[in-house]
Amino acid sequence: MKPPAVRYARAGDVREAVALLAEHGSDAKVLAGGQSLVPLMSFRLARPSILVDINRIGGLDRIEQDNGSLLIGAMARQRDVELSDVAAAAVPLLPQALRYVGHVTIRNRGTVGGSLAHADPAAELPAVVTALGGELVLEGPGGTRSVAAEDFFTGTFTTVMAPDEVLVGVRLPRLPDRTGVAVEELARRHGDFAIVGVVAAVHLADDGTVDLVRLAASGVDSVPVRLHAAEAALSGARPTADVLEAAAATVDASIHPADDVHAPASYRRHVARLLVQRALGAAVERSGVER
Amino acid sequence: MTELASGSTSQRELASESTSQRNTESITVTVNGHAYTADCEPRVTLADFLRHTCGLTGTHLGCEHGVCGACTILVDGRSARACLMLAVQADGATITTVEGLAAGNALNPLQEAFWDNHGLQCGFCTPGMLMTATELLADNPDPDAAEVREGLSGNLCRCTGYDSIVRSVLDAAQRMRG
Repeated sequence: MKPPAVRYARAGDVREAVALLAEHGSDAKVLAGGQSLVPLMSFRLARPSILVDINRIGGLDRIEQDNGSLLIGAMARQRDVELSDVAAAAVPLLPQALRYVGHVTIRNRGTVGGSLAHADPAAELPAVVTALGGELVLEGPGGTRSVAAEDFFTGTFTTVMAPDEVLVGVRLPRLPDRTGVAVEELARRHGDFAIVGVVAAVHLADDGTVDLVRLAASGVDSVPVRLHAAEAALSGARPTADVLEAAAATVDASIHPADDVHAPASYRRHVARLLVQRALGAAVERSGVER
Repeated sequence: MTELASGSTSQRELASESTSQRNTESITVTVNGHAYTADCEPRVTLADFLRHTCGLTGTHLGCEHGVCGACTILVDGRSARACLMLAVQADGATITTVEGLAAGNALNPLQEAFWDNHGLQCGFCTPGMLMTATELLADNPDPDAAEVREGLSGNLCRCTGYDSIVRSVLDAAQRMRG
């Protein structure tokens, strides 16, 4: 249980990190918080030839509001985002979801960018970014590009990032005041990866109808899944119990869970539907409160 | 365990790795107020650096993949798992390990509370429990039992059943509030 031999380079800025990745190709791996990469190396599931450490790059840990969106640098520690007033005011779903990520000790080191680039389909942050239609900002040899969350994740632990690209941050749209948010998860123990997780945000118009709903699930496919059909079922409607149940009933057709040692696919389908109903109910209940 | 053992790397492979690709970085880490400077291979975890290079074996290694919490330390005042950090990443950092809690033979209030409340049996998980609880009580000086349980949920104990550990932390909180 020791990491394999590896070379190590500390990048001074993003350009240098990109150059190192371009030089070493897919054998190189970016080291951010290390909370997934280091254990993968200890298990010898990952054997990079060189680690490109981006921890000391200035400014990559920013958490700031800008033109109606929240910008989070890739190196922002999960615990710092969880405790950030700026993040809580702009996207209250974020701190709520982060409380389910590992434990405080893990979140002290773990980064937002690391979790997104690692692309575990059961993880919370990819689900939040998918639900809210966030944009991931990548920097490569040819410059910077933004990728929508639903196009970013391509499969279990895989993304559209090229081997010589660095994830530098994520941009999330600010949720309007009085948006209710909820995170529902089924996990064997607190801090474990979810068997199924659901994140929801709901805003009601003055007449009590839903004018904004964002919904995504984790653990139900090889990527986090935005639940468009359920969103459509709720959008414009009064969120009665019947409407929430009808929205949750659409989930079955949107997800493709697999059997694994933790739970059979049929169980995940059952749980996903229940958690969607609960998360929507909780988000509706919490909406209308000034923050 | 069998499966892990059969998939693990042979001693020969380890030896050839360390000779064929040897490269080291000079790092300086301040641990419990004492500066340690050493040449270090990038593959060495901070936990192994503390144990083997600094000789501070109070930081225990249980699972070595971030599940058991036994190797929890404070890096620049915040808890971290020493098995999930490479030593080269800690260059310039200020670290507190369990050896830094007591003043000589005088236990600190948290350690005393563990002693008085039977917060340990075999003691293997205790360094991690103490370091995690140190941060927990710094962030929340008056936690309830549920908060202590959630705060310690990343630290595994196979002896106590946790009740006496939770009692110890609650007692320590009371002592530290005075």
